[in-house]
Amino acid sequence: MAAHAPTTTTAEPRGAGRPPTRTPPDEAARRSRREGRAFRRAPYVYVAPFFLLFGAFGLFPLVYTVWISFQEYRLGGGDPEFVGWDNYVWLFGSPSFYNSLWKTLTIGLISTVPQLLMALGLAHLLNYDMRVRAFFRVSMIVPYATSLVAATLVFASIFANTPGGLMNVVLGMVGIDPINWTNGNWTAQIAIATIVTWHWTGYNALIYLAGMQSIPKDLYEAASIDGAGRFRQFLHVTIPGLRPTILFTIVLSTIGATQLFTEPFLFGNGAEGGALGQYQVLTLYMYNIGFEIGRLGRAAAIACVTLVIVVALVLLNTGLAHLRTRDKSQPLLRRRRGASSKKVSR
Amino acid sequence: MTSTPDADVRVAAALPAATEPRRRRRADDSAGPLTYVVLTVTALLFLFPFYYSLVAASHSPSDLYDGTPPLLPGPQIFENMRLALEQADLVAALGRSLVVSLAVTATTVFFCTLAGFAFAKSRFRGRNALFGITVATLTIPPTLSIIPLYVVMTRLGLVNNLMSVILPGAVTAFGVFFMRQYISQALPDELVEAARVDGASMHRTVFSVVFPLARPGMAVLGILSFMAAWNDFLWPFIVVRQSPTIQVAVAGIGAGYTPDISVILAGTVLATVPLLVVTAIFGRQIVGGITAGAVKG
Repeated sequence: MAAHAPTTTTAEPRGAGRPPTRTPPDEAARRSRREGRAFRRAPYVYVAPFFLLFGAFGLFPLVYTVWISFQEYRLGGGDPEFVGWDNYVWLFGSPSFYNSLWKTLTIGLISTVPQLLMALGLAHLLNYDMRVRAFFRVSMIVPYATSLVAATLVFASIFANTPGGLMNVVLGMVGIDPINWTNGNWTAQIAIATIVTWHWTGYNALIYLAGMQSIPKDLYEAASIDGAGRFRQFLHVTIPGLRPTILFTIVLSTIGATQLFTEPFLFGNGAEGGALGQYQVLTLYMYNIGFEIGRLGRAAAIACVTLVIVVALVLLNTGLAHLRTRDKSQPLLRRRRGASSKKVSR
Repeated sequence: MTSTPDADVRVAAALPAATEPRRRRRADDSAGPLTYVVLTVTALLFLFPFYYSLVAASHSPSDLYDGTPPLLPGPQIFENMRLALEQADLVAALGRSLVVSLAVTATTVFFCTLAGFAFAKSRFRGRNALFGITVATLTIPPTLSIIPLYVVMTRLGLVNNLMSVILPGAVTAFGVFFMRQYISQALPDELVEAARVDGASMHRTVFSVVFPLARPGMAVLGILSFMAAWNDFLWPFIVVRQSPTIQVAVAGIGAGYTPDISVILAGTVLATVPLLVVTAIFGRQIVGGITAGAVKG
């Protein structure tokens, strides 16, 4: 509100400053009042299109999911019918649900942990002064820019069980027997996690790189004067300085893990998630129940439970981070914030 | 950049020559040969799947399955692309994807810039609450909304209509967040005030001051939106299966009962090339967008 005071006051003196004999004062006042109203309305005019579209296709569906989850709602069937908690009772009695929870967790872990560790290492290397720096940085985003459909189809052929499957041929060269990538339990999960890792490692490396560049150089100078080598600088300056960024990537990856769909769906070409359901993650299960079996109410219940899990995981992550920043490294963090706030970001 | 008092004292105590640490830092900063090796290997690993899809797409299926996978491009690329085009109308699908991606890009950039400007530069009742809602929904996966959205689109009679893909993608919470951050940095308050004092209307201010100054940020948001729309799979797969976008069409090639990998991969080459061109041209902007988005962390 306070920002509008100057606009009306700047408009009024202009009208009032004119020779009062020439312009009728009430006309000037009317005009300035009209302008003032326009200025006051303008912010709402600017946010309105966004909130109309976002409300209709972003917020409303969230509420509507909850409503559908309490209905017996069949794809292409008749009117929905209220069934109370039935869909949830069914869900918590379904072994496939627990399987998909578990697979979401395991595939999430074997894709996220190596991915973020490698991204940290890569960001550290990208932070050095070097030639062709731009090339290396752009090469990091090539997988991110590729569609998951294309990536999954290529990797599915690389991991194929057929005699020409590239991965098994390469493993054969170092004396490892062919591995059943498509039908094994852990092997199929590893293959899918490989696609995820390939797609996101460079993206996360660039995020870490941006975080590293906001760590003041004097911290490194101080550390090197104290006799810390490159590795110890990385451990004791870079990592603590990156803590908020690391948290951000963990939250992003956690959300990403619960959304996994294209990779497992196209890897085995079906919503069952492999012969043993070994990669039937939550979203795949939701799709299967909703659009192949045609029980939209049950699928909505899966979506709601997933949403609760996502929110819980995000809160858990941020909560853990708050606990950990209370330890002894806090002065360092505070110092970093103080120093970086003086610097205008590039 | 001022150093902390703590560090200053240590520097003064430990080093009589003030220039020495600077020189040492410079030597520390430049990459050793190992760095180049690791980064080159990584870049090759990141690029390899493209190369391999080109190689596989240019051989006959029997070449792929005889036990020794080819590592050099073969002669069959156009033949395989022709077969892929026979199985799925990829040209029409490319056209649909282009329409959807351009529409989504235009609406996202325009509406999110307007909203981002309002959040960055003017105060109004409910601003914090509205922005809070926007930021809070950043963490909610859109995948979870596909069931209600499908019901909505069925009611609106938009299933298999491209509007059903365009509308849910028309604006993003991320876009508003991103543009707000960008505009609050790139556009000084004084400039907006000056335009007002000069008698420019609010709309005039937006078109002659805000849009020109926010253009780099708008470009980045545009590229990211285009990429996201082009690559989206799950939602188009559900809602426009009869008139597929390129990702849905390519995924459909493999659905035949004799999936023929070299033909499938010829299709993926067709689907990927446009975005690779975009990436090659706008690589730096995309890198900038990813890192700018990360600053919020």
